[in-house]
Amino acid sequence: MAEIILDDPNRRDFLYIATGAVGAVLVGGAVWPLINQMEPDASTLAQATTEVDIGGIAEGQIVTIKWQGKPVFVRHRTAKEIADARAAPMSALKDPATDESRAQKPEWLIVVGICTHLGCVPLGHQGPFEGWFCPCHGSVYDTAGRIRQGPAPKNLVLPPYKYVSDTKVQIG
Amino acid sequence: MSGPSTYVPKSAAARWLETRLPILGLVHSSFIAFPNPRNLNYFWTFGGILAFMLVAQIATGVTLAMHYTPESTLAFSSVEHIMRDVNYGWLLRYVHANGASMFFIAVYIHIFRGIYYGSYKAPREVLWLLGIVIYLLMMATGFMGYVLPWGQMSGWGATVITSLFSAIPFVGNAVTQWLWGGFAVDNATLNRFFSLHYLLPFMIAGVVVLHIWALHVPGSNNPAGIEPKSSKDTLPFHPYFTVKDGFSLVCFLVFYAWFVFFIPNYLNHADNYIEFNPLVTPAHIVPEWYYLPFYAILRSIPDKLGGVIAMFSAIVLLAFLPWLDTSRIKSANYRPLYRIAFWFFVLDAILLGFIGSQPPEGGYVIAGQLLTAYYFIHLLVIVPLLGLFETPRPLPASIADAVLGHGHGSAAAMSARATSAPNTRG
Repeated sequence: MAEIILDDPNRRDFLYIATGAVGAVLVGGAVWPLINQMEPDASTLAQATTEVDIGGIAEGQIVTIKWQGKPVFVRHRTAKEIADARAAPMSALKDPATDESRAQKPEWLIVVGICTHLGCVPLGHQGPFEGWFCPCHGSVYDTAGRIRQGPAPKNLVLPPYKYVSDTKVQIG
Repeated sequence: MSGPSTYVPKSAAARWLETRLPILGLVHSSFIAFPNPRNLNYFWTFGGILAFMLVAQIATGVTLAMHYTPESTLAFSSVEHIMRDVNYGWLLRYVHANGASMFFIAVYIHIFRGIYYGSYKAPREVLWLLGIVIYLLMMATGFMGYVLPWGQMSGWGATVITSLFSAIPFVGNAVTQWLWGGFAVDNATLNRFFSLHYLLPFMIAGVVVLHIWALHVPGSNNPAGIEPKSSKDTLPFHPYFTVKDGFSLVCFLVFYAWFVFFIPNYLNHADNYIEFNPLVTPAHIVPEWYYLPFYAILRSIPDKLGGVIAMFSAIVLLAFLPWLDTSRIKSANYRPLYRIAFWFFVLDAILLGFIGSQPPEGGYVIAGQLLTAYYFIHLLVIVPLLGLFETPRPLPASIADAVLGHGHGSAAAMSARATSAPNTRG
């Protein structure tokens, strides 16, 4: 048989590349739904907002409500707690933030009740700063929910919220 | 699995099958005629015990799944339903829950046996790596299984462990939400953990096949740490090692049964009989005992990402042991200094486990940090350096010599020293 030299792209090269390209697209198209199905689904996303009546929360009291499956602390702070939070020097804070930036109204502190370390629910009115103390790994938060001691890297997260009236807050 | 089979079919039916699918020959050469070093001690029986435990966990797990409901409002009560209503449900659940602990007891003995006798060294590195893969799969399976009863420790253990991934820079929170399928550990999380808890044991079984395959190429290591040189050094697997493995397994089962029937909740936590409440964390949360040393390492580093990196590297470093250990002498019996270092490492791991079970305060924090430092110093400094500076004791000439002593006359002893000479670099 005569030897055939094929320098130019031939039919076999075309089939090879076309099969590979279509195969790659199909694999990607099959893998993405398999991964993406694990994301929060529509019914979970639908629980986006929660309304809280804060009229009944006494001064000094912390109420825990559930928003998106997570605890949210609504804390009616006393004058002393506000003063303590404002007296903290910025240099003593691991994740510096002013108290004013953390509460729309000074007497109401609203934070997500999840320790920023590994997700436990901290205990209120405990720890050296009488803010929160996390029993799992010993993180200490002050009365503005800022991290002061322990392994947590960040302050307690502020959820988006707005006052719909003087006694009603919408979280989310 | 190594070399041509010596199997001769005895019946016409066996001959018929063997010419079509040589599975009888495979079984014969792997588990009947397979030559094992004659000096194996009882620490070598834990491989068989582990194989039994995997089968037992799959058998009890599949039957428990016939009665369990992986839904967040029903899961907790379905476990109580198994305990109270299902025929022998209490037995299946206690055998399965304690079986996880027995599985880990056996695997820790198996791993430490490998570390003491240098079983990870050439030519068994791939065997060791496959073992590490099995260990990681076991940890993932055990963790997800502990979440299924949906008690307080289940939910909060799941929260803490999945939150480890939130330490990943930039994408951490996105990854954690993807794992949860929501904004917290909830029904979606439970449902997928059930699915994966069912899947992973079968993946373990697959890797176990590779592990045994990789074992049967060089054959077992042995307490002398020297390779068999002649047929005098080995004995066939059956009956010598089937009976040894069998005896050891029966003793292990007595120990296991003592837990199941007399102290079934000894390794559980009272808090896990309270249904998961996503708004209240128990005062003192601890993982299952088999994760405690790594949990102690996590908590010893006063930085979130640093702690997570330290914990994962503590596990991953074990995979590098074949290359961290610079000594060519396998068995610690012939390494006087490494033998001491080994027992300090065992003590360190046990103490880390104790620290992991204690609250993170006061002296426990400092002790945890010292023990964590020692863990890494052992693997990264002591093990590599000992191999360079240690003078090992002379190795026996052969496994038969090691077993039978020097009864073969002084010539054998002389040749022992002569043949071991090239290997004396510590």
